[in-house]
Amino acid sequence: MTDSTVTTVKASKVAPSRLQLALRKPGFMIGVIIIGFSTLLAVFPSFFAPYDPNFIDYLAVRQAPSWAHPFGTDMLGRDALSRVIHAYSVNMQMAVLATVFALTIGVVVGALVGYYRGVADMIFGRVVDAIITFPFLVLVIAVVAVLGPGLINMYIAITVVGWVYYARLMRAEVIAQMGNDYASAGIVMGYSDRRIIFRHLLPNAITPVIVYWMTDMALAILLGSSLGYLGLGAQPPQAEWGVLISEGRNFITTAWWLSLMPGIAIVITGLGFSLIGDGLADLLRPRG
Amino acid sequence: MTDHPILEVENLCTTFSRGDTALPAVRDVSFSLGKGQVQGLVGESGSGKSVTLRSILGLARQYGEVRGSVRWQGQELTTMSERQLRKIRGREIAMIFQEPMTSLNPLLTVGTQLTETLKAHTDLGRKARRDRAIEMLDHVGIPAAASRLGEYPHQFSGGMRQRVMIAIALAASPKLLLADEPTTALDATIQAQILDLILKLADEMSMGVVLVTHDLGVVAQTCDTVSVMYAGRVVEQGDVRQVLQTPRHPYTEGLMRSVPQDVPPRTQLYSVPGTPPSLFSLPEGCAFAPRCQAAGPACQTARPMLQDIAPGRQTACFHPLPATQDDAA
Amino acid sequence: MTQTVMKIEDLHLSFPVSRTLLDVVQRKPGKSVSALNGVSLELKQGETLGVVGESGCGKSTLARCIVRLYPPTSGRIHFDDQNIFGAQARKDRTYNRRVQMMFQDPYSSLNPRMTTGDILAEALRVHEMRPEAEIAPRIAELLDLVRLPQDATDKLPHEFSGGQRQRIAIARALAVEPEVLIADELVSALDVSVQAQVVNLLLELQERLHLTILFVAHDLRLVRHVSNRVAVIYLGRIVEIGDSETLFSAPSHPYSQALLSAAPSLDPDNKGAAIQLEGELPSPLNVPPGCPFHVRCRHVTDQCRKVIPELRKLEGRGEVACHHAEEINQHA
Repeated sequence: MTDSTVTTVKASKVAPSRLQLALRKPGFMIGVIIIGFSTLLAVFPSFFAPYDPNFIDYLAVRQAPSWAHPFGTDMLGRDALSRVIHAYSVNMQMAVLATVFALTIGVVVGALVGYYRGVADMIFGRVVDAIITFPFLVLVIAVVAVLGPGLINMYIAITVVGWVYYARLMRAEVIAQMGNDYASAGIVMGYSDRRIIFRHLLPNAITPVIVYWMTDMALAILLGSSLGYLGLGAQPPQAEWGVLISEGRNFITTAWWLSLMPGIAIVITGLGFSLIGDGLADLLRPRG
Repeated sequence: MTDHPILEVENLCTTFSRGDTALPAVRDVSFSLGKGQVQGLVGESGSGKSVTLRSILGLARQYGEVRGSVRWQGQELTTMSERQLRKIRGREIAMIFQEPMTSLNPLLTVGTQLTETLKAHTDLGRKARRDRAIEMLDHVGIPAAASRLGEYPHQFSGGMRQRVMIAIALAASPKLLLADEPTTALDATIQAQILDLILKLADEMSMGVVLVTHDLGVVAQTCDTVSVMYAGRVVEQGDVRQVLQTPRHPYTEGLMRSVPQDVPPRTQLYSVPGTPPSLFSLPEGCAFAPRCQAAGPACQTARPMLQDIAPGRQTACFHPLPATQDDAA
Repeated sequence: MTQTVMKIEDLHLSFPVSRTLLDVVQRKPGKSVSALNGVSLELKQGETLGVVGESGCGKSTLARCIVRLYPPTSGRIHFDDQNIFGAQARKDRTYNRRVQMMFQDPYSSLNPRMTTGDILAEALRVHEMRPEAEIAPRIAELLDLVRLPQDATDKLPHEFSGGQRQRIAIARALAVEPEVLIADELVSALDVSVQAQVVNLLLELQERLHLTILFVAHDLRLVRHVSNRVAVIYLGRIVEIGDSETLFSAPSHPYSQALLSAAPSLDPDNKGAAIQLEGELPSPLNVPPGCPFHVRCRHVTDQCRKVIPELRKLEGRGEVACHHAEEINQHA
């Protein structure tokens, strides 16, 4: 004998599924398409690139865009389009590797600090203050200066500096979630701290962090390219957008396409991540 | 119901749209209010009582469509422009809300909020406004009123804040007070004080009051007449004594019986089975039929309209409960 | 017959409020909110003890302290002859299994990302209540017990109404087969017609499962209906405690009298005069010395201002913490 004489038909029965909601957001879908395509280029560059990006042809130096070379050729006769395409591998990799470790460390530290508070929180607060006082780029460059240039060191540098931003965000969300009675209920049920933090609080607290991650990936590409431009990240002759821009900078007036095209690639990819981030905020929110 | 009503609501309907669906929050609500009369609107969540109040003042217009008629002292409010309505709000009709912390501006002092209202709705000069502000605070029972003009809402306790809100609402001496659950968030001892205050002021200022609440006790103690609402409609209406002591609608009766009163302790309480319907899925026919023990076949398909069953007594039911001898007048 | 299941002794609980830099410089001690100021109570097996008081009186704090959400500043709670805050008791989960709690807000007490089945299964698994194979049938039983339809298992909290969510919360508490249930304003956030349903369920479950219940609420009528005994709390102290019917029909403490008279009667003809209390509730940052109620009491004397009254038995009634209880109630 159940007390459901009137089943309150809640909105969810007539509400669209998350997938349907996603399809209705043009911005989000554009972002998905951009990043989807970018990922394809990153994983299968040789399939899409018409030429070998490292093939040097002194006879075809600094040619303007044409049918044979849609993005022209650079100072060594290499096809610019192929180089931009091959750079996708490095730059997309950058988006992931420069962020995912900072994300993981930040989420764990933020969750622990947000849950336990106390002395750990005070120390964390001071560490955060110390790190965010400095401009992000300056700190990263400082760390790279210590470690030496190169992609791996660049990832380490960005992670070492960037994790605090994730941690701060996570900590705030966890503290907010702890105001909910389900967290207290978990404690009263005798659940272990680990279970409460990772099984209950984390999934509910992580949405803003994921959204921030998307934006951070766009920023990572910008940052990585900047470092590549400065010669502190990827090293020439590796095809990387920042390196490509740097290579083309002496020819801005004569072969302007060499620096412009990689720049456009950065903008479009960054835009793609941002659009996804915007749409995700709505989609990931728990219903009701 | 009254000879010279100051407020006449007739077939008020407010509909909100959520995407393609239309949510009928208020349907065909009609009542009239005389000078100095206290009318209660009582119901549970989803009954439409708060939306009714807001629709009267035109506050619901930005979210939904309001149809029907609301006549205030002969003027039709539903067709008025925002500009015209603004002249009436605060000066002739005032409203107070449930949560004083969110309806008072936390960044302005209490004195500023009071004088602001006076500036908008009266012609008083600055000194006169200040004096009136102190007078109002005093009138609502705030001790040392003059010294508290410069304080901020957070420096007052819940009950005091509610008094401040009443002071602001009544500063321009309106003729109608709309009160949306004014004491729900307050403790019992404070609640009694605030309700007494509202009644006292209503009496002094010959003000009509429409009081929205879910608490039948509050209705019993403060209202002259009451409208019981369910799923957006009025299901029963009349003199408070009659409605509460001899309810004619099964829902009213169910509500009264659910209250643990004169029941042997620790026994099963009477409860109306089921839950109030969601606005997204209102049943056809009478909205209460799925939970009603007196429901018949007509109830599933047709909606009962509000009808007189005795002078001054109305109910919307195909099978109203029988009248008793006391229910004569 | 009526065996004591839990003994609360002189419980004090203060929450420190952060000190401003000015306080540190002026060497002022940090302020603290005194939520509980010496609560002593015995919970008897199988009874329902109602706890009433207004906001800020400490009743919810008491409930949370009992389930060890807050450690007390001083005082003890004994359950089964063990101090629940002792090092040994804290380590094992047994207390959590035997004493459970349901919260007020149905919209935040369930993890919005877990289905009903997940929530109940977790409780069963963590406490090893059943072998894995029997978990699903046990969930079905629990749903039946709280009168929820079986298809609730795969639904998320937002698909339920407030009353249904409270039932899920009750089911979660019952999953570990507790002996004591703490209900902290269980039905306060629900509609009137739904309150009765949930209260009925609670009464029925108590009888079936021989539960002891601590029922914290501010709705006096409901508490009267549900409780065997009632305790009235004011500013973190019990001012009166006794048999429910006796207390409600003839309250002895001035505060109880005021509180009970303030509840609006359902009878329009009975416009009973509510006893007007003077002044406001003192801030728990500054608990007045002596009797906590003396600031607002009509019968206050010098003794009340200086000496804290203890609970003592009043002839024919329960226990009252008032120096002048006999004189005040001479007429009753």
